Amino acid sequence: MEVGPGHFLLAKLDDVARWAQSSSVWPLTMGLACCAIEMMSVTAPEYDVARLGSEVFRASPRQADLMIVSGRVAQKMAPIVKRLYDQMADPKWVISMGACASSGGIFDNYAIVQGVDTIVPVDVYVPGCPPTPDGLLYAINLIQQQIREGGRGGIFARA
Amino acid sequence: MSVSSTPLEPLGSEVLLQDGNAMVLSMGPQHPSTHGVLQIMLEIEGETVVKAEPEIGYLHTGIEKTAENLFWTQAQTVIERMDYLAPESNALCYCLAVEKLLGVEAEIPERATLIRVLVAELTRIASHCVWLGTHGIDLGALSIFFYCFDLRENILDLQEAAGGARMHPNYVRVGGVNGDLPDGFLTRLDALIEKFPGRMRELRALLQKNPIFQDRTIDVGIVSAEQAVGWALTGPALRASGVAYDVRRAFPYCGYDKYEFDVPTRKEGDAYARFLVRLDEMDEAMRIVAQVRKALRPGPTMSSNVKFAPPPKETIAISMEALIHHFKLVSEGFRVPPGDVYASVEGPRGELGYYVVSDGGNRPYRVRTRPPSLYNLQALKGMAPGNLIADLVVMIGSMDPVFGEVDR
Repeated sequence: MEVGPGHFLLAKLDDVARWAQSSSVWPLTMGLACCAIEMMSVTAPEYDVARLGSEVFRASPRQADLMIVSGRVAQKMAPIVKRLYDQMADPKWVISMGACASSGGIFDNYAIVQGVDTIVPVDVYVPGCPPTPDGLLYAINLIQQQIREGGRGGIFARA
Repeated sequence: MSVSSTPLEPLGSEVLLQDGNAMVLSMGPQHPSTHGVLQIMLEIEGETVVKAEPEIGYLHTGIEKTAENLFWTQAQTVIERMDYLAPESNALCYCLAVEKLLGVEAEIPERATLIRVLVAELTRIASHCVWLGTHGIDLGALSIFFYCFDLRENILDLQEAAGGARMHPNYVRVGGVNGDLPDGFLTRLDALIEKFPGRMRELRALLQKNPIFQDRTIDVGIVSAEQAVGWALTGPALRASGVAYDVRRAFPYCGYDKYEFDVPTRKEGDAYARFLVRLDEMDEAMRIVAQVRKALRPGPTMSSNVKFAPPPKETIAISMEALIHHFKLVSEGFRVPPGDVYASVEGPRGELGYYVVSDGGNRPYRVRTRPPSLYNLQALKGMAPGNLIADLVVMIGSMDPVFGEVDR
């Protein structure tokens, strides 16, 4: 962006659109397990995700931009997670929050999907069991960065 | 495992069957008010529920099976992830069961027992904070959520200082607790004890006399004392129906018989009564915390029996014996004499029990849980018929289920 003569700014429409998009990433209200409680903590006063424009959790996948897979994905829940992802409108992003969602974590057994990336494409993985809210905030930051740069890809969040 | 992209079976919030006036609707497992991954198959006429059938298992984790493949100490890691709102209660109950099997209850140091009570009561307050915050959101009272989570952060900070993690600190261990309380912990605890009554006044002021909240909760989801006992409800859900059963009173553990505290009960048995009982419980929990704080004296926090309790870290560098014991405990764990035992504690949601079986090996043969949420949740089936769908949300919230422990 540059300041033009007089009182106006010049910018590419793409940049403005991406800036607006990255400042209003609405997550899906989808709590699965322990990580969901830390996901709620992110919206609470101490961490306050509203600063990043992501406080509007939407219960309907049709209105959400970001899916935070917060917790272990059981085999019984897996088809529903996939379905919710399919119901979200493009463009959409996915954060795999915690060890269980990313790789199955300590539950290497018959009941848990060994990584939600076998079901939906994941943009950012957050390590931790559960990750601290700072970790999730950083992951949202990385998603915003991806949106501003207009690209996607596997980036590992490290808080 | 990969999930095929073929069309999925009808699941989720949609109409499954329509026949005359009745309609079958699936609520959940993706629903903002089901407190996790609960699906309820509803038969409704208009907005009135005719039949409600909870469908559980969307968070089945195989925790009990996984625990059988881990050492006795390692198993605690997965066990803490059952009731993730009160991990310390889970760990405490499991450790009490294993200590009973080992027959070493008398070897637990005094200070360790006090610290166990301290963290268990703090975790009860933290758990009730999450319940109150989310229950408020379900009813459209958003502000209470922010107050509750702010209070909860204070407790999590203490938990993090003591155990090293916010939510699953693995702090209570077989034989005592993992390390003494850190420097500055007691100062922060004192500050919390001091400001707590004021915080509780704020929480009460927001909802207790709020006419909308009262309209939504009074006379909703009534459970009579007979029904509550019949359904095996425990915890606040039982005490709100007038039955004063509390494991801390009925079967004292960790010296709970020495503390002065009341067991809050109400007669009404509705959602509002359960709300009041939980609020009173938070006050009582803090009363116990204050008594523990006064009783704390310096001393060891871990049993000195190195056959199951790791020797102090500083001795490992200078003592050959300590090094050997430490190596043995880490590489192959300890063995527990064959037998079976049941231990229970009063968790935030009710009687939390572990039935532990040992075949004499270094891994549990069976760890069976009695999760209070599972029993409390089944009351939904009896409460829901005849009420509106909107009231169903209140009932789920007032039962405070945690699906990590319902589905395990």
